[in-house]
Amino acid sequence: MTSSPIQKAAQVTPDGVARKIRGLSDRTIAWIFVAPTIFLLLAVNIFPLIWTIRLSFTNFRVNRPNNAVEWVGLRNYERILNDPDIWNTMQATAHFLLWTIALQVIIGFFLAFLINKKFKGNDMWTTIIVFPMMLSPAVVGNFWTFLYQPQIGLFNYVIAFFTGVDPASFSMIGDVHLAPWAIIIADTWMWTPFVMLICLAGLRSIPDSIYEAAECDRASKWRQFWTITIPMALPFLMLAVLFRGIENFKMFDLVVQLTGGGPGNTTTLTSIDLKREAFEKWRTGYSSAYAVILFVTVFGLASIYVKALNKVKER
Amino acid sequence: MTDFISGLLRMRRGAWEMLASILIALGVIMLMQPFAIGLYSYSFIVTLIGTVMFIIVSHFPE
Repeated sequence: MTSSPIQKAAQVTPDGVARKIRGLSDRTIAWIFVAPTIFLLLAVNIFPLIWTIRLSFTNFRVNRPNNAVEWVGLRNYERILNDPDIWNTMQATAHFLLWTIALQVIIGFFLAFLINKKFKGNDMWTTIIVFPMMLSPAVVGNFWTFLYQPQIGLFNYVIAFFTGVDPASFSMIGDVHLAPWAIIIADTWMWTPFVMLICLAGLRSIPDSIYEAAECDRASKWRQFWTITIPMALPFLMLAVLFRGIENFKMFDLVVQLTGGGPGNTTTLTSIDLKREAFEKWRTGYSSAYAVILFVTVFGLASIYVKALNKVKER
Repeated sequence: MTDFISGLLRMRRGAWEMLASILIALGVIMLMQPFAIGLYSYSFIVTLIGTVMFIIVSHFPE
């Protein structure tokens, strides 16, 4: 007679061990399964967070590990919150966040609305539109740097074609006023497809029967859009804003590749500034306090946003 | 407005969550506004109070 692997395992398990396992409650077995995950979560997420909070109250410098670490209390926080340069960085981040989210949601929803219509070549266009999202931010940063070149860049020539200005007369990444828009355009180009996909999922989840009922009631297309499409796709739109908001608050690679935070500090976002403080100036305690401020801000914003999202879903 | 105040007095989740949300939003606006560095200086403490309050009051009864 052949026995299954489970039966074979049961046969070779020593009696003592088998008795012990049989004596475990369901709750204990559940804990045994969950424990490794909880341990990993504590080790990888919670411990570094607590350690960062602790370091934020010290003058620790990671490049001088043998120096005595002094407890400085709230001095790091005080210095950050009175530093005009960091204040400017926060404003640059706010400008970047607001414009990228607004543009990506508007263009992404519009594209999703078009792609949702049934037409020939629908799948091919979806693939083409989604293409930028698949690229590495380093690659995108690199080729947008070429596109923005005043002498040979295609972007300048397109602007020149529509406006008539000399293409060599302006530099997107070298001008203090244009550089913030250069990073917004590149990020919007790269991440609008992501918002489009989420919006498309939202639009496809709306049953056709609702539109058919609206047609029977002689509701216009415009009315259907505002009273059916937008309210039913709203949770998806909000989800897209949440994802892009958190992601853009941490934006680093694309901007470093494109402008390196310049010219001056006009495109220095908080994550770039934080990296400079932590790994160029090696002010570990100070940068930990900086990181804690950013963490609390993102956590607070995400909390109220998730609450709003749940309310919309409950409607 | 009366409902909101009575909700606060009766320790109801909705009213307290609303207050915590207002504090967080105010803190973030203070952090990123370009008008007064004084507001920027107090932004973190406002956001922190709002966030901690939000975590606590989300365990209050409905």
